Amino acid sequence: MEKIPILKMGKLLLVTIQVDLYDRLAEALEADLVQMINKTGAEGVLIDISAVSIIDSFMGRIIGNIATMSKILDAETVVVGMQPAVAITLIELGLPLTGVLSALDVEKGMLLLQQKIILKETTSLTDEDDGNTE
Amino acid sequence: MPHQPFYLIAVVISFICSEYLPYAIVQRCCDEIAMLCLKLRPNMKNETVKILQKKKKLILDSWMKFQLADEGLREDLMSNEELRQQSTELIDALIDNLKDENLDHPESPDFETAVDILSGISISRAKQGFTSRETGVFVFSLKQALLSLLQQEIRDPQELYEQSQKVHAFIDYFGVATFETFIKGREEVILRQTDEITEISTPVIQVWDGILALPIIGTLDSARTQVVMENLLQKIVETGSSIAILDISGVPAVDSLVAQHLIKTVSATRLMGAECIISGIRPEIAQTVVHLGIDLSGVLTKSSLASALKASFSILQLQVSRKQKNQLAGE
Repeated sequence: MEKIPILKMGKLLLVTIQVDLYDRLAEALEADLVQMINKTGAEGVLIDISAVSIIDSFMGRIIGNIATMSKILDAETVVVGMQPAVAITLIELGLPLTGVLSALDVEKGMLLLQQKIILKETTSLTDEDDGNTE
Repeated sequence: MPHQPFYLIAVVISFICSEYLPYAIVQRCCDEIAMLCLKLRPNMKNETVKILQKKKKLILDSWMKFQLADEGLREDLMSNEELRQQSTELIDALIDNLKDENLDHPESPDFETAVDILSGISISRAKQGFTSRETGVFVFSLKQALLSLLQQEIRDPQELYEQSQKVHAFIDYFGVATFETFIKGREEVILRQTDEITEISTPVIQVWDGILALPIIGTLDSARTQVVMENLLQKIVETGSSIAILDISGVPAVDSLVAQHLIKTVSATRLMGAECIISGIRPEIAQTVVHLGIDLSGVLTKSSLASALKASFSILQLQVSRKQKNQLAGE
């Protein structure tokens, strides 16, 4: 069976979907990604779907699920490079993917993730500071 | 009993046979023979076709007379010479292709050229601004011309009726074809205009590096929302913009459906990875939105395009400042 590669880049995981997703592949990706986040302790996940031209409600839900799962595992998810047709389809299917961050391209997605991670670190640092002063 | 002379012949023949055959069979034979004779009769059927082909010039003249006599004649749109040329062309195509067999079948391929010419005339008339009545008169006055000719040529009333009936059916077929293409021509015009309006009314403007503005003018329906959304998303991809401003100051009214469309557009933009600001909300619209119970809390709204632009600057961490006076003097 085909597999979608998950690349580790420092604290981030990079998933580039180069083929049209079918149900089994998407489910496998979901399972693999959660395992990978757990194993590497990644703080951010970047999913590039710029090559995906067809999406259905199931795929939309899988992407939403991945974002929610990563959040529980303390990692932010950014979906990048969504094609206009795909965005319209998702909206028409009633899946606005509210929990998912998105960016235009990989570069902007990386920037967004880094900002989020820095923000998280600073807030946790101040939390610790608060703890120390008490 | 129809076709009396043939029937009489048949009766005579059967009378000779009747000595040897039962009556029922004889009667059936009479009918059969009469029908056979009718089919063999060659001179009656192609008479109309012959007359028409012989008197082509006459038909054209009387057709032109009928057309020119019509009070709805539009000399301002088409000169008489042009009209005559069109008529000649059509008559040539019609009558030259007329054969004994196809008078009853105007849909036969022999008349394809005639139908093509007629369609061309009809579409050009639709575009020139002729009314459907004027186009109708053009075709149906040909029927008048043909019928008056037949009336002069055919003496037998039964025959005249039959042939007239055929001519009626024949010309009616072309009349229907004319109207079909006439309406198609009009529809093409309307369709083109509709396309133009949808294209014109949704321009996506790049107001700053990374900021797009989309002024919406007129009511938003599903079809337009689709076009607006597609244009906007396409432009976002092309320009790599991260902020889109939807200006709805030109939208006369917002009902729940329009609001739904707006929210859809905003969500789609967000999915693409860009931020969307709605601006130009007039007080009346704010009132209706709240009264209808539409939740716009997830959408960034600004009162005017200027304030939306200001908000975009602050999101992009840009600063616009006035030049210092002494700097200007230095230049």
